[in-house]
Amino acid sequence: MNTLPQILLRSFQEVPDRVAVHLLEDDADTPVSFRRLVERAAGFSLALTEAGVRPGEVVVLILQHGEALVASFFGAMMLGAIPSIMPFLTEKLSPEHYRRSLAALVEITRPAAIITYADFAGEVRSAIPPGSSVRAVLLSERIAPALSVDGGGFPGLDRSPAEICLLQHSSGTTGLQKGVALSHEAVLNQIECYARVIGMTAADTVVSWLPLYHDMGLIAGFLMPILRRAPLVLMSPFEWVRAPWKLLRAVSDHHGTLSWLPNFAYNFCATKIRDRELEGIDLSSWRAVINCSEPMRLSSHEAFLRRFNPCGLRPESLATCYAMAENVFAVSQGGIEAPVSVDRVDTRSLIVDRIARPAQEDGDALPMLSAGRPIPNSRVRILDDQRRDLPERHVGEIAIHSDCMLTGYFNRDDLTAKAFHQGWYLTGDLGYLAGGEVYITGRKKDMIIVGGKNIYPQDLEELAGQASGVHPGRVVAFGVFNDQMGTEDVVVVAEAGLADEGERRRIADDIRGRINRGSDVVLRYVKIVEPRWLLKTSSGKIARAANREKYLADDKAERQPSG
Amino acid sequence: MTDEITSTLGRYIATEILKDPGRQLADDEPLISSGLVDSFSLVDLALFVESTFGVHIDDTELSAQVFDSLRGLAQLVRGRLPPVA
Repeated sequence: MNTLPQILLRSFQEVPDRVAVHLLEDDADTPVSFRRLVERAAGFSLALTEAGVRPGEVVVLILQHGEALVASFFGAMMLGAIPSIMPFLTEKLSPEHYRRSLAALVEITRPAAIITYADFAGEVRSAIPPGSSVRAVLLSERIAPALSVDGGGFPGLDRSPAEICLLQHSSGTTGLQKGVALSHEAVLNQIECYARVIGMTAADTVVSWLPLYHDMGLIAGFLMPILRRAPLVLMSPFEWVRAPWKLLRAVSDHHGTLSWLPNFAYNFCATKIRDRELEGIDLSSWRAVINCSEPMRLSSHEAFLRRFNPCGLRPESLATCYAMAENVFAVSQGGIEAPVSVDRVDTRSLIVDRIARPAQEDGDALPMLSAGRPIPNSRVRILDDQRRDLPERHVGEIAIHSDCMLTGYFNRDDLTAKAFHQGWYLTGDLGYLAGGEVYITGRKKDMIIVGGKNIYPQDLEELAGQASGVHPGRVVAFGVFNDQMGTEDVVVVAEAGLADEGERRRIADDIRGRINRGSDVVLRYVKIVEPRWLLKTSSGKIARAANREKYLADDKAERQPSG
Repeated sequence: MTDEITSTLGRYIATEILKDPGRQLADDEPLISSGLVDSFSLVDLALFVESTFGVHIDDTELSAQVFDSLRGLAQLVRGRLPPVA
């Protein structure tokens, strides 16, 4: 079994009646068996064939949580096509901006077809520039399940393991133009290795609310359980964010054993669930709740445990993981066989010397949550600015090498070449190794991570720069960690000339509106400053990290008035 | 018309969600469809309404289709308050 469709077809033949996924929506629980999943997927595969889509071509899926999304993903693979999920339009996103994002995706990815809903097809068609690669927009409602699937005859079954099986994008214009292309071999190597590390068997039940366009949702919360035949309970991210208790209800009802959550979700669940919503909830089946995809905080774990320990959550269930789409998913894993290590380091030494020295006294100690040991197929190095190996406990850029790396950024050989150094993938993350475990301390790249979502600051700066009164190029966006939320707040600082208080407020509102409606995040703080406030690099570019420091210093001074 | 309920809600949103106590919200200013009240803050808003006015807003009602302005939210709250004896 060397490719994803081969494995799915084998489950269809061997355990057709077993539930592959329970789809939860609005209090309904729809079990989807392997038979149903493959018949529906085959329907999509045939419809794509009829539309003239050929193996190796990209199919973009613009669908919300539900059976059509799950089935069309595998349907594209059964044809040997390459599925790529584009996030659906949200309530706050402006349709014009959405169309521009889709056009950006189409331009680089060059899909042959798009699958969406009948009532969204007009929106999709209007976003596709004339003469583009898209030959068909298929309507999911019109695609019936295939009735006689015998397990053979699908072109996707003949793909070689080295060929690309899927694309995974992060969000925003920049992210959508940088699709991580993964081969069957890479995905299966990751899943086999990672499943072994976490001891996953068919007796496990995965419960997830994560979106499938995100690597954590797609791999840990979707492909791994389905391919390993561990029941998956999948809910909609939109429903979860409005009713976080439903995740716990699902764990309790289905005796869920495994979940993956970004750090903010620990704080979110701990603070936004009412006592009455916890009545009758039993979390004792949860053997690992794995924190992943944004900076991990001990305080988030503690808050989560305090709140849900009375419901049976065990302290040893809290786990951590370091992962990225470029390695399919996990690079390291902690907290499975032993509790997650906490390394108390000297704060000053970490910041000033970039060395994680164990703290002498508790007073100035920063508790670093370990991301665990590299999984057996992945190697981790810590490099200095000259790309030489650093000793233990020295902070540097994390580089990785494994048998599950990306094939490349799709149609972006330029970016692929830059991402590697002598075969090692340069993650842009900063961290150190201690006792064989990986600790993440920050980021070399300017990426902002909000609620587990990677956001490129240049996308936000471009939006803010369009506000009237702001000089293009005189604006900076960065993230500042919010301990209460357990994730980063987005901050924008923009220069405007000689504006009075009323004018500054108008500009601030304009920037807020543009970012809120033109990106996947919400702008939390916006500061309008006088000309020449922003610091530039020697090459004349706005220095994000330096301006972030200046903003924080100003902010601190304002909170502590002198005198 | 700005009443007690509207101004209480407006103050809460400006201070706790927008982190900008000086920000005045117009009664009919879009809140959800504009992204001013983001998805992470919707539950907070429901919890605040419940603890302040004793009125429950269901999670399925946390959408721009049900209310998208201070006026809309205040109407929802007012409609659920027990009648004054």
